[in-house]
Amino acid sequence: MSSPILKLVAQRVALGIVLLLAVSVLIFAGTQILPGDVAQSILGQAATPESLANLRAELGLNDPAYIRYFHWLGGVLTGNLGTALSSGQDIASSIRPRLENTLFLAACAAIVAVPLAIILGLLAVRYRNGWVDKLISGLALASTSFPEFFIGYLLVYFFAVHWQIFPGISTVYDGMPFLARLEAIALPATALTLVCLAQMMRMTRAAILNIMQSAFVETAELKGLSAFSIIRKHALPNAVAPIINVVMLNLAYLVVGVVVIEVIFVYPGMGQYLVDHVAKRDVPVVQAVGLIFAAVYITLNIIADVASIIANPRLRHPK
Amino acid sequence: MINITRIPLAALIGIVMTSLFLLAAIFAPWIAPYGNAQIVGDVWQPMSSQFWFGTDNLGRDLLSRMIYGARITIFIAVLATALSFTLGATLGFCAAVLGGWFDTLMSRLVDLLMAIPTLIMALVVLSVLPSTLVTLIMVMGILDSTRVYRLSRAIAVDIEVMDFVEAAKLRGEGMLWIIFREILPNALSPLISELGLRFIYAILFLSALSFLGLGVQPPDADWGGMVKENKDGIVFGIAAALIPAAAIAILGISVNLVADWILNRTTSLKGGRG
Repeated sequence: MSSPILKLVAQRVALGIVLLLAVSVLIFAGTQILPGDVAQSILGQAATPESLANLRAELGLNDPAYIRYFHWLGGVLTGNLGTALSSGQDIASSIRPRLENTLFLAACAAIVAVPLAIILGLLAVRYRNGWVDKLISGLALASTSFPEFFIGYLLVYFFAVHWQIFPGISTVYDGMPFLARLEAIALPATALTLVCLAQMMRMTRAAILNIMQSAFVETAELKGLSAFSIIRKHALPNAVAPIINVVMLNLAYLVVGVVVIEVIFVYPGMGQYLVDHVAKRDVPVVQAVGLIFAAVYITLNIIADVASIIANPRLRHPK
Repeated sequence: MINITRIPLAALIGIVMTSLFLLAAIFAPWIAPYGNAQIVGDVWQPMSSQFWFGTDNLGRDLLSRMIYGARITIFIAVLATALSFTLGATLGFCAAVLGGWFDTLMSRLVDLLMAIPTLIMALVVLSVLPSTLVTLIMVMGILDSTRVYRLSRAIAVDIEVMDFVEAAKLRGEGMLWIIFREILPNALSPLISELGLRFIYAILFLSALSFLGLGVQPPDADWGGMVKENKDGIVFGIAAALIPAAAIAILGISVNLVADWILNRTTSLKGGRG
């Protein structure tokens, strides 16, 4: 690795960290916009002024907002996410198994979706305007108009209720055998795959098509190379960067899609945890989980950028 | 005038379906066979000539709920889309015309908002805000205006350097004239085709929030909320929850077909999407 790459990568990572800090301010500020405060919402309308004052002092609500922000940020950086208001449990230790579950589900969906999307995208370019191509534009139309729960409940209705192949509720527990775990998440992983597959295929197709129309591919065609060797030798190396970009952007989308999918399949992950605690108005949990989702999202975007810097030498020399 | 025989079949289907949904929404109280909250029979009765879609989890007529649900769903989505376009387009045009610190400030703020997934940010904010229709529309509209802002700023930056805008500036026209009389008419066609996509997005976003129990509150229900109400029936093989979910999907496809057609028409006229 030469140093200009390292410098560019370091710049991109530093920018990401600044962005993450700004996002943490935004998330903190987003939970402060209400005139009332947390103490009021815990104790309810019937609270006496004395008990309110006591709880405020206990939670540190008498400090100005920026001091509470730095207090919270300091806690987050040292791995202390505070305690949940509704249950009094330590947030960090409740999050850990759930984060693992969510990442496992997302990873399983990605392992199926990414190669499938790339292969189908390539086929669509190879047989352009053929049936694969038509199928892809049809699927893309469907995936921009179908809500996630429609796909999810269709899967449950047919695969879990009618044909009884897979469980409709994804129960997982500690020490579950790997294969049983895979069977439990078969339907949510399929739903997630379907949610992001069409978009990924369409973007892969666009990225490769863009390259297929460039001058060097035309030259290769005029030399008389076969279609597949043009794709393999000339188009693919140039398409790697945009494809990695597409994949990372869609993985970031998958991280969000996981929220609704987890609720459908009652899967004990981060999304379910977040939704439950939004309904309970449990602000510390919402802040912590929101920040983790944002961090994963930003990290995937940084990886996308770094990967394209490494894969595409042209990006290394900014004009 | 548009010649109806020259509209492609797909777009025609889209227009007819979208109009049907709109009519159902507008005339809900006159079309619906039963009241919105009226309990008419047993829980989760199958489809019959009396109850076309069966009954729901409390024994209410599902068809009537669907028609009233269309009203709530479309009403909120229309208002949220209108808010996001008013806000996003105004700020985007202002940023393009004014430039300078205003442009930098707004653009960085939008970058920041878009660095967090919209659904996550909405959940964070809704955890402290009261669950009323007004907050729901405000949250949806403001979060979605970031995308409209980017699009309208990009379009306006292109138009702003054209000769007729230059001429208007030399004439001494004010900023409002330049935005509304010079830029807006020329930015309209790409913005209108975006309108359809943002409307679908608003419907999907609202349905997701209501499905998660954070959108429209009972006894009123939009389609997403109806999926939530009836989802427990699915494991017993009762498809009631699939009907509102399918309605969202059909409405989404219909609006998409219309938006695609408008986009193609404007693209052939304007030679690009802004």
